[in-house]
Amino acid sequence: MGNRRIEVIVGLFMIAGLAAILFLALQVSGLSPKSASDRYTLYANFNDAGGLAPRGRVSMAGVTIGTIESVTLNKETFQARVALAIESDVDNIPTDSAAVIRTSGLLGDQYVDISVGGDMESLKPGDTFYSTQSAMNLERLISNFASGR
Amino acid sequence: MDKIAALGRQGLAVIASFGRSGRFLFGVLSGVPRPITGFPLLVQQLYFVGVLSLAIVVVSGLFIGMVLALQGYTILSDFGSESAIGQMIALTLVRELGPVVTALLFAGRAGSALTAEIGLMKATEQLSSMEMMGVDPLRRVVAPRLWAGFIAMPVLAVIFTVVGIWGGMLVGVEWLGVFDGAYWGNMQSSVDFVDDVLNGLLKSVVFGFVCAWIAVYQGYDCIPTSAGISSATTKTVVYSSLAVLGLDFVLTAVMFGDF
Repeated sequence: MGNRRIEVIVGLFMIAGLAAILFLALQVSGLSPKSASDRYTLYANFNDAGGLAPRGRVSMAGVTIGTIESVTLNKETFQARVALAIESDVDNIPTDSAAVIRTSGLLGDQYVDISVGGDMESLKPGDTFYSTQSAMNLERLISNFASGR
Repeated sequence: MDKIAALGRQGLAVIASFGRSGRFLFGVLSGVPRPITGFPLLVQQLYFVGVLSLAIVVVSGLFIGMVLALQGYTILSDFGSESAIGQMIALTLVRELGPVVTALLFAGRAGSALTAEIGLMKATEQLSSMEMMGVDPLRRVVAPRLWAGFIAMPVLAVIFTVVGIWGGMLVGVEWLGVFDGAYWGNMQSSVDFVDDVLNGLLKSVVFGFVCAWIAVYQGYDCIPTSAGISSATTKTVVYSSLAVLGLDFVLTAVMFGDF
């Protein structure tokens, strides 16, 4: 076997490795060329953020339109402040829209759903949702029901 | 008293072996690589270590992905959530099975061959004759093999992972009828490129380095007889496997553990 042939085969091997990494990046982890730069941030304050976590889903009418960037505690109001990274082509969310925490399925992950309002003006980058609805807490619900309140 | 002395002797031997392997590694890495003569040697070793291991890696990856899909489907369909199968397969392969199983196969397929080759060179005094000719055997023989293992292992691991995910799709989507949009969609929403893919890649880089180091060291340090070579080859496979599994726990705890 000539030296040349070995070099070509090793070159193909390396290309196969690079192609595999590319596949893992694009197809498996869903890393798309449009990155964080074409997103803008909105904020929402919740009394109870429940099980929200960074990288979670933000959806509108069931369609994913962004991800949760961070969940922090606002020390003055003792509320959870959630930063939402929204895709920039969804730039017409009405200002009176509400951010609602929902659960996918009965026991699934929690995500933020944006229920659309009717205002003519839309939220600008850095704005905060005026109305929010906190996570449904199954235990609290059951205990309220059991104590008849 | 004799038994205690034997224990002490063994302990000293182990420590001395660690010391020798460290000095050996330093000697290999500190030799300045010569691009013109070194590169063809490296390419040749990449062929033997990497390309020839491709067959076993691809076949194992395919079957492991298929088995994961089959097992996962049986369990997940009890909860009606068989669409999470893509997520399960991808995370298992990318984080754990890809790097670990590839490293174990690599130790068995390529590591043992490296040890036997270098050991036989030592037994037939090729290494000492090289030294007589003024050629540094560490640079000429050992360094290309070490680097080849170091480079080939991550490449093999990503190929293993991709083939495994494809095999999982073959069983899950084509055979068991999971909706393929759910297969890829759940996968994409749960696998993060930096957290999962790059950490998995980092794991395989570490494993490749450890496996190649153990293999060339055992060959270089073996007793130059046929029995010595055979015991060195066995040691390579055993030590590499133990080191990979032990390091995997440590790396997983550091990368994915919450503390």
